[in-house]
Amino acid sequence: MDIIVCIKQVPDTTEVKIDRKTNTLIREGIPNVINPFDKNAVEEALRLREKYGGKVIVISMGPPHAQEALRETIAMGADEAILLSDKAFAGADTLATSYTLAMAIKKLGSFDLVICGKQAIDGDTAQVGPELGEMLDISQVAYVCKISIEDGKAIVERVIEDGYELMEVTLPFLMTVTKEINEPRHASLRGVLKAKKKEIPIWGVKELGINEDKVGLNGSATQVIKIFSPPPREGTRMIEGTIEEMIQELVGNLKKRKVI
Amino acid sequence: MNFNLTEDQELIRKTAQEICQEEFAPKANEVDEKGEFPIENIQKLAQYDLMGIPVSEEYGGLGYDFVTWSVVGEEISIACTTTGAIFGANMLCIYPLMLFGNDDQKEKYLTPLAKGEKIGAFAITEPNAGSDVGSIRTDAVKDGDSYILNGTKVFITNAGEADIYVILAKTNKERGARGISAFIVEKGTPGFTFGKNENKMAFKALPNRELIFEDCKIPAENLLYKDGRGFRVAMQTLDVGRIGMGIGAVGLAKAALKEAIKYAKSRIQFEKPIASFQAIQFMLADMATEIEAARLLILKAAFLKDRGQKFEDIAAMGKLYASEVAMRVVNKAVQIHGGYGYSKEYPVERYFREAKLFEIVEGTSEIQRSVIANYVLK
Repeated sequence: MDIIVCIKQVPDTTEVKIDRKTNTLIREGIPNVINPFDKNAVEEALRLREKYGGKVIVISMGPPHAQEALRETIAMGADEAILLSDKAFAGADTLATSYTLAMAIKKLGSFDLVICGKQAIDGDTAQVGPELGEMLDISQVAYVCKISIEDGKAIVERVIEDGYELMEVTLPFLMTVTKEINEPRHASLRGVLKAKKKEIPIWGVKELGINEDKVGLNGSATQVIKIFSPPPREGTRMIEGTIEEMIQELVGNLKKRKVI
Repeated sequence: MNFNLTEDQELIRKTAQEICQEEFAPKANEVDEKGEFPIENIQKLAQYDLMGIPVSEEYGGLGYDFVTWSVVGEEISIACTTTGAIFGANMLCIYPLMLFGNDDQKEKYLTPLAKGEKIGAFAITEPNAGSDVGSIRTDAVKDGDSYILNGTKVFITNAGEADIYVILAKTNKERGARGISAFIVEKGTPGFTFGKNENKMAFKALPNRELIFEDCKIPAENLLYKDGRGFRVAMQTLDVGRIGMGIGAVGLAKAALKEAIKYAKSRIQFEKPIASFQAIQFMLADMATEIEAARLLILKAAFLKDRGQKFEDIAAMGKLYASEVAMRVVNKAVQIHGGYGYSKEYPVERYFREAKLFEIVEGTSEIQRSVIANYVLK
């Protein structure tokens, strides 16, 4: 059972603070972490490997420091990790990112399963996983919270708005996973010591043998023109008093403003 | 001189810190309240390779040193004092096997301990033999290929939960300390049972039980080291045990200081956080200073040990100083919390009860002073 996991290094949002003047995130000095859902993806890959054998290869597209995130997955127990990093990859939207990941996976050759986190906590698009499935031309199931494999087929449970959906999928396929699927392990001491010495290859445009026009900003169908946070709302007023008084005042105010 | 941990030591410490803070810290109060052996924590220590840090890789350990073991012990104790105490007591079984075990004994007993598959305990203390190790009465009589053990040990940490016990018994009643031998006894051996668990002031989840030997027959190959040389096994084990207890006390003191700082910054009196008052600041400054000094003493002992240099005197100083610092620190931590510090609502109440243990176990402060005085007067 050969499994490929795609991860993203993201700023640790629990540490992010907002600059109240400019209304933007203060990114300086914020530690980077593995996107939490991607950690669930790594954990599930390790559990499937422990059950069915095979190996786990983790890939990530990002700047050179994303190697640290990959190293952490080696410490957790992944067999190999590859970083996709090139100046030409900069500014990639989800389309260019999934294309680059797809090309790397094709270069790796055969696999039984690709796992991604359901979305990244910085962009929150939830697009890369499904797009990658399309580009690899394999079945895909998003929001998986449970999986078991038998005779080349997987039974998966996916989270949908009003419950769970049970599906049977033929391998190979791609799934994106939710937090419910597992509780990711820590890295062990042996794991971190091994990961420290592990060589993590870096693949760029040349190594992947791909067209520069399809990656990075050039290969992006969308472009971010501006990022802004909506201005904080003002004028909140607390109504106090007994329930009757509060209702009276609220209804009176709403009528005055012609809302009701 | 170099006070920095090596890159690997720091990597291990940081990894241990993350594990302990996430897995143990949130449940530490519950462990104390429930009073049940935190087996899940011990399984986690094994899963993440924390149990056999100084044991060679050949015997399932990590192959690192006692400085690394100490800083990991410190992180465990900061997060959960009980788990730290179990981790420390476990080393009292691992270490004599490392030092004195023959290849077969290491293979059979050290390997599962280093991997964390089994838990260990070490037993000297008896109802009438504490500080005076030479006066133990448990006896071991050679009978063909076996020894027959009879006697009772008390206050034994990890007793009942541990699978492997290193115990001291008399093989020659006439010879005092030179008539003592060390043995390895497995849980489940006929004639070996557990007595009452001490109802203690704190550390209720840490078992301190009696070991009862009634015509307990063990194979002669379970003699650890030589017949009549058990006193040496005990003394050398206790030397390392002092590093373990000392770093446990430092971890506890650090946890108490952290709570005191947090409280002093958030508690408002006279329209200011109490941390802005000099009376509180001076207490915090003294706490931090003494903790730093105690930590350096312990780590120096571990450092000397790792270099094969004499460390026994520094280990005794470290254990003495760190345990007394822990008492002073928890006292101030409760004082800073005022009435809330006396309430179980805040963890400093527990730390206050727990700290006292360190001045008593594995050589009281008075025994440490005697040990140190012997070195000073030599």
